[in-house]
Amino acid sequence: MRNRRWIVAMVALALTVSACGREVGGDPEPDATDDGAEVEPDGTGDMASGCEVDEVDGDLLFGNWSEYMNPELIDLFEETYDVSVTEDFYTSNEALLAQIRAGGADFDVIVPSDYMVEIMIDEDILLALDHDVIPNMSNIAGEFDDPPYDPGLVYSMPYQWGTTGIGINVAEVGDVTPSWDLLFDPDVAGALPGEISILDDPREGMAAALFWLGYDPNTTDEGELEEAAAAIETARDWTVTYTSDQYAELLLTGETVAGHGYSGGFLDSFFGVDNPEDYDYLIPEEGAVIWTDNMAILADASSVCTAHTFINFILDAENGAELTNWTYYASPNAGSAEFIEEEITTDPTIYPPDDVREKLVFLENTGDAEILFTDLFTGAQG
Amino acid sequence: MATTLTPPDSDQTSVPPAKLPPGLETNAEKAESRRGFLIGLPAYAYLVLFFALPLAIVVVYSFATRSTTGLTVLADWNLQSYARLTDSLVVAITWRSLWIATLTTVVSLVVAYPFAYYIATRTPRVRAALLVLVMIPFWSNFLVRTFAWRLLLSSDGPVTRILETLGFANPRLLFTPSAVIIGLVYGYLPFMILPLYASLERMDHSLVEAARDLYATGWEAFRKVTWPLSKPGVIAGSILVFIPSFGAFVTPEVLGGTGTTMLGSYIGRQFVGTASDWPFGAALSVAILFVMMLAAMFYFRSGGKDL
Amino acid sequence: MSIVDTGDSTAAVVQDSVARPRRTVDRVLAGNAWLVFLFLYLPILVLIVLSFNDNDRVGVWTEFSVRWYGEMFENSRIMGALRTSILVAVLSTAVSTVLGTAAALSLERFRYRSQRAFDGLLYLPVIIPDITMAVMLLLFFVQAFDIVLLVTGVGLSRGLGTITLAHIAFNISFVALVVRARLSGLDASLEEAAADLYASRWQAFRRVTLPLIAPGVAGGALLALTLSLDDVVIAEFVSGAGTTTLPVYVFGALRRGVSPLINAVSVLMLVGSILLVVGSLAISRRRTGG
Repeated sequence: MRNRRWIVAMVALALTVSACGREVGGDPEPDATDDGAEVEPDGTGDMASGCEVDEVDGDLLFGNWSEYMNPELIDLFEETYDVSVTEDFYTSNEALLAQIRAGGADFDVIVPSDYMVEIMIDEDILLALDHDVIPNMSNIAGEFDDPPYDPGLVYSMPYQWGTTGIGINVAEVGDVTPSWDLLFDPDVAGALPGEISILDDPREGMAAALFWLGYDPNTTDEGELEEAAAAIETARDWTVTYTSDQYAELLLTGETVAGHGYSGGFLDSFFGVDNPEDYDYLIPEEGAVIWTDNMAILADASSVCTAHTFINFILDAENGAELTNWTYYASPNAGSAEFIEEEITTDPTIYPPDDVREKLVFLENTGDAEILFTDLFTGAQG
Repeated sequence: MATTLTPPDSDQTSVPPAKLPPGLETNAEKAESRRGFLIGLPAYAYLVLFFALPLAIVVVYSFATRSTTGLTVLADWNLQSYARLTDSLVVAITWRSLWIATLTTVVSLVVAYPFAYYIATRTPRVRAALLVLVMIPFWSNFLVRTFAWRLLLSSDGPVTRILETLGFANPRLLFTPSAVIIGLVYGYLPFMILPLYASLERMDHSLVEAARDLYATGWEAFRKVTWPLSKPGVIAGSILVFIPSFGAFVTPEVLGGTGTTMLGSYIGRQFVGTASDWPFGAALSVAILFVMMLAAMFYFRSGGKDL
Repeated sequence: MSIVDTGDSTAAVVQDSVARPRRTVDRVLAGNAWLVFLFLYLPILVLIVLSFNDNDRVGVWTEFSVRWYGEMFENSRIMGALRTSILVAVLSTAVSTVLGTAAALSLERFRYRSQRAFDGLLYLPVIIPDITMAVMLLLFFVQAFDIVLLVTGVGLSRGLGTITLAHIAFNISFVALVVRARLSGLDASLEEAAADLYASRWQAFRRVTLPLIAPGVAGGALLALTLSLDDVVIAEFVSGAGTTTLPVYVFGALRRGVSPLINAVSVLMLVGSILLVVGSLAISRRRTGG
């Protein structure tokens, strides 16, 4: 019996040692055998892929959030380029990362959010894009062509963008100043005729409290973070729950009168009700989180040329507009503006005015402080 | 596995004693032992390959280090993740998970026992039909079922309305620990019903008749005969309900609100949250496994007998 | 009433003497059963009714409509996910029922040296949190496939196969637990008698033991089927790109709010499972009957 256990232990060891050798999939080597898609720096920051514009070199595996791609666009791409596209879904940036880390998720193109692009770049998971075969890159609006998480768009191209703010029931709450007071101030939030919800996400939840306190949402100062956690804990008295996907539903069914959530999530559901004038999405004046979801190619993708062609296809002005008309999220594609439905482009909560845009901040990876964010937020939730 | 479990033991079965001095084993007994081992072998081999080996990877991870981007670095082996297990946050969440899981188990047992007894005493044809009726709801989708409870428990939902007419002032159910327990009981009730049914159904009912004959009251007959005979089912059912409730992940997220964070969600946050602290998540999991094994062992060895 | 009597009348007298309290107990039991069924079916009723809601959002009723069913059948992603889920559930239930029952028999009816270690191993998949099992299986499959590639040159990828393997891994334990609950109190002398009676152990098993433990086996199989159809976390992790089970699809879609479409899918699964089970019951009945 001892022998048998020993054998098991040895095999386990062998397995984990082989895991050590490759740093848990964190460092995939670029595969030079892929149709001559050699990756070499060309000095300007972008990479030569060896592909031509509109070239395809195999079928495409597209990893995306669910309900985040107009199926007609997929059909059009398949017809135009005579390849097949398989769309697969993940439920969070972290779940996607976990799959890739464990040894590649087999995707060619993925759509991670901003801070996740930064993490993925740090971990060499993404392929440097060949800008020469993405001519539609010129359609990208000026404010998105040099984002802090990926300066110069070396590894990613923006897909859709939005903000994190507060959805309110105007009929119940009345005219209010767009402020984080609605969630955290005992005199404002505590006096609302109903309860509120907060995003069930340590970074977003803490960012809201940090904005309210006047701090940087990317701070790693322990004192400031503890203050933010205390604000969330105090708000427990009028917080009904923490949710990342039901905030709009709760608002529309009357469980809450104000909720912390993503712009597209609120706006998409407001469009669907009979009394849209009763609801509003606010971007608080203290500042708010701006986020982008971005197309990127995995370093070990098997259809590198198809992947580039697909990204270029989505960045086409008319295709980009089709996407936004379907998702109700804002498009980073300046060329698309004229093709997007007017009710979307004229909505200040989807396309906020410049003075509001100046106060929008991207969330960044804070390194070891992420643990602090998680534990303080979890403790504050109770 | 150093930890072992004694099955809810079967005094009435006449199996050969577990340990015979090697010299005294007869050839027939040896052959019988080998046969038993071989029957179990496919399952064991499967679990060693697809469970024990993967588990070994997790154990290794629990001693690893988290990089600043949240990557697990398999170097600088340390016990830091285990040191964090005594953090007040971890203790508080564990405590909450414990009492929610305990309440869920008790409520499930109280509801399921008479129910399983009722099914077990029907005619075979009715039995099969009732059993299938129990399972049917659970072939829809777990998430969708849980969301249906959300509608039922919501502030203008039917359950709240009923409570109001019963005179409760402004009852709030959704997003409270009660809602989490209702959801968990609902989710895991078949796990209690099935083993209870299995142990009650095979019971020799002439024994119960005899007991009724012997003892003054039906209650006493139940306590002295039915209950002890159904104990294996009670134990199996309690384990099947308690453990998934303790590690519950989706139900507390959907039906819970403030003050309902459970261990499952906290572990989830380590693996698929922004913390991305796999070593700590691994350490938490290993600790749960270890404690649960100890508890189950203790339960079987002593507590189980006094039930 | 006196129970002092002899012969055949004893049984009748005994029955008579306990008839009244038992009737009350029976009534209470029946009442409880109705309440439990109400509890079990209330959410299902809600779910079914709302799948016919014309509104985009499930929580607000507008009018009766079957449009979600139309949309569901046209949605190739939902149909594909449904197919995957059913295939995985059926395969993993079949394999784990056989392996789990064998493990239960081996532990309850035999004594051998490594038994205790196996006993412990069998409980672990029940105890482990889903998320941990998901992560560890993902890591394992990736490592194992690398080794396979290195040794044999065959490149494997994650998908339907890995989800099924993972589901079998936890289902074996659940099946074994339920079957053991039934086995542990069964009178072994019956089986011993059968062993003497029949020529082979296999015959004795098939003719005596198997029918005796059949309810436990059926219960274990039902549990396995349910667990497989409900699993989100493990399936999401161990599936490769391009393989999505229905729960994983639903979980993702909930991010965009609960639409009656999801309810319609759920009703379809319900109907499908009912047909599956009723069908297999009918087949097994015909086989045993004929």
